[in-house]
Parts: sequence; structure tokens; C-alpha cells
Amino acid sequence: MTVRIRVIPCLDVADGRVVKGVNFVDLKDAGDPVEQAQAYDAAGADELCFLDISASYEGRGTLLDIVKRTAEVCFMPLTVGGGVGSVEDARALLLAGADKVAVNSAAVKRPEIMADIADRMGSQCAVASVDARQVEPGRWEIFTHGGRRETGIDAVEHAVKLAELGAGELLVTSMDGDGTQAGYDLELTRAIADAVSVPVVASGGVGNLQHLVEGVTKGHASAVLAASIFHFGTHTIAEAHAALRKAGLPARG
Amino acid sequence: MIDYGAGNLHSVYNALKAAGAQHVAVTADPKLVRGAKRVVLPGVGAFGACRKELWSIPGMIDALEESVLQKRVPFLGICVGMQLLADRGLEHGSHKGLGWIGGEVHLIERTDPHIRVPHMGWNDVGLTPHHGDHDLIDEGEAYFLHSYHFVPEDGHDIAAMTDHGGGLVAAVARDNIVGVQFHPEKSQAYGIDLLRRFLEWRP
Repeated sequence: MTVRIRVIPCLDVADGRVVKGVNFVDLKDAGDPVEQAQAYDAAGADELCFLDISASYEGRGTLLDIVKRTAEVCFMPLTVGGGVGSVEDARALLLAGADKVAVNSAAVKRPEIMADIADRMGSQCAVASVDARQVEPGRWEIFTHGGRRETGIDAVEHAVKLAELGAGELLVTSMDGDGTQAGYDLELTRAIADAVSVPVVASGGVGNLQHLVEGVTKGHASAVLAASIFHFGTHTIAEAHAALRKAGLPARG
Repeated sequence: MIDYGAGNLHSVYNALKAAGAQHVAVTADPKLVRGAKRVVLPGVGAFGACRKELWSIPGMIDALEESVLQKRVPFLGICVGMQLLADRGLEHGSHKGLGWIGGEVHLIERTDPHIRVPHMGWNDVGLTPHHGDHDLIDEGEAYFLHSYHFVPEDGHDIAAMTDHGGGLVAAVARDNIVGVQFHPEKSQAYGIDLLRRFLEWRP
């Protein structure tokens, strides 16, 4: 076989607590990111993603502690994103135990931050997060601040630029699809995946297992990220792997 | 475990503890390396940068060679720590490696557009007929994250292979030296089991 399609649950964390997270009945504290990470580790998730949505500086400080405690008990790859503004932020997260760091707004303001991180710590840990909305058929633009603020930057061009600067992976989120459970924006995902040589993670809008499969077969993604369908127990990681395998795609399990 | 600032230092430490290691010294002190019963060399990032950091510790290369090549204590190199076993790494220029296992480290070629680089994710670890008389490396799935790969001169040094648009070396082994391209510290039960066997390994 070849490299497996990765299934990545994503936990939104604010001020050290899981905001949108798994609803497993056997958790002692459903708001504890470390406990949730362990549950996904045990369930055989291929990677885990923490997205920090803390509004305050103090909230960000607790993130480092969470990453450190997660790395002590989870032996799976961990990507951490949200508010990474500098090479120093990235380094601190990596030293705390993150394997990859996702950069979003900072790379909109100054794309060269991807090169700074890749040159210092390697492309393998530099993930460029691309949040986009469709503005007309076949054209998407970068939006920041949770999809509220437009930038006028072409999403595909921006993604290609970040990959050329050294991003080792692109996390492509459709801000139109996010939270809708209507499926990934497959055209957007494919437009970017076909334009770069690095792996692309599809994100935003998963409502069922078929959406995960389409992210790969139609979106050409190498990995599929989802939140709600796993957190609310609609589907397990094992079911996601099985759906991918049933579609003839390489998956673990 | 050699501390030369590698990014995966703490993860490897945590995984060794989970695998049952009693005492792990994370150290840049050549004296401790000389007295170690086992040596682990982690590593992520670029070959040249890792090489520069490792070689900048006074006396470290001598201590490693005394420990691993003369006293023949079990050695495990992980990711770039495995690639450093080669003669040379060809990432951003040509950089000399430890040269303990002959060969070079090359960029993964994109043989077709479906092959993504970095090679990122879970993939097979398939044993070769030369995996030796030790049973350190097991068949299974492990987590890979790399853009460059080790091409050993002598096929007998290749203990395991994986497939990403063609064969890539997943593990090398010679005598008391083992190197794995994948990350045991990120490979859940498969990785912890491998580290447990390394802790008990008597080559």
C-alpha cells in the first residue's frame, strides 16, 4: 500500500478548555483537552489538531501547558494552530510538544513567516492555514477573523505562494462550509491540491462519512479534518477509516 | 538521549518513559554519553541544521563513536537522527554525516503528481530479508514525516522499506546500530512496542 489518507479530529480550545469537543460519556471532564486527546489517541485517530480560539493573551499561555501535557500521554502527531504570530510562537509550541504548527492570519499579513519557520525548524512542521470563501464561480478569496473580514487575496495564489515559501502542508478551510455539515468545498480543495506538491488537508463542512471520501476522491486532499461528526459521536474514527477503505482508498485499521 | 536542540526531544523522552525506560538522561554531556548503556539520537528538520548543532557540542562526536562503535552499546537514530548515520546529506547543499552506515540522503523524487512531498502520514514498515538476526523492527504501520530519504550503499544495511511512489528506506540496521525514518514516538502502540524492544535489545 501507500501512505494512508489521514483522518484528523480537530478540537477548538479557548482559555484552556474545549469549546466544541467530543461527547464521550466516559470522560471525567469533557472540557479537558488532554482527556479528549487521549480518547482520540485510543480511538486510532491518525493525527490530532488543536485550534486555539482564545481571545486573550492569558488564554494563549495555557495552550502551551495543554500541548505539553498532551505530549506526555499521547503518542500521535499533533498540529496546533490559532494565533501563531511569530517564529517564536511556533518554536514555543514545538518545544512544548507540537509536531506541526498552523499559521493563519500572520501568513496573510506577511507570507514570508512560512519561510522563516521552515528555514529554522523545517518544512515538515510548517502548516499554512488557508481560510477562504467563494466570491464568484471558480474564484475564492482569503478571509480572516473567522471568515468575517475579506482581504481581496486570491486563495489559490496565496496557497501556492505559501507552499513555495516552505509550508510543508496546507490546511484548506472553506469558511462557507464551516459549521454547515454540507460537505467540503470540493472545488476549492481540488483547485489548491492540484496546484501544489505538498499534502492538502480538507476542512470545513463535514456532515457525514461520504464527505470525507469526497474530500479525497473529488477534492484530491491527502487528509480529512472534521470536528462535529466525531465530537457528537455521530461517527467513530474507525467508521471513517472503514468508509475510506470501502471507497478503495488507503486507510488504517 | 542526545540533546542538541532537536524538536522532537521531549516527545521521544515521553515515549521512552512510556515504553518502560527507568532512567533517561537528556544530555549534551559527552561524559554521560560515554557511560550510557543505550544511546538515542532524535532529530527533525533539515539535515544540515541538525548536523551543525550536533557537531557544535565539544567532544560529542568522539563520545558517540567511542560508545557506539567501540563499546558497541545499542544505538537508535530517529528520522534525521537516522539520516545522520549516512556519509552525506544533500539537503540545502552537501553536509557530511557520521558515516557509520554508508550512503547518502536524497530528496524524495515526485515520480507522479499523486506523490506528495513531504511524505506525511502512516505507511507500511515492511521487513527486508536483511533485517538481521535481531527482531527490533516489526511489520506494521508507522508515522512518517520527511522530504529526504536515506539511500544506503549496501542493501544489506536496509532492515525495512516503505512505499511512496516507489520504495523508500524505512529502517537501517547494522550490528548494534539501528535507524528508523519514521517516528516511533508518534506511532501509537506500534512505536511504543518498538521502543520497548529497543530497551531490552542485546545485539
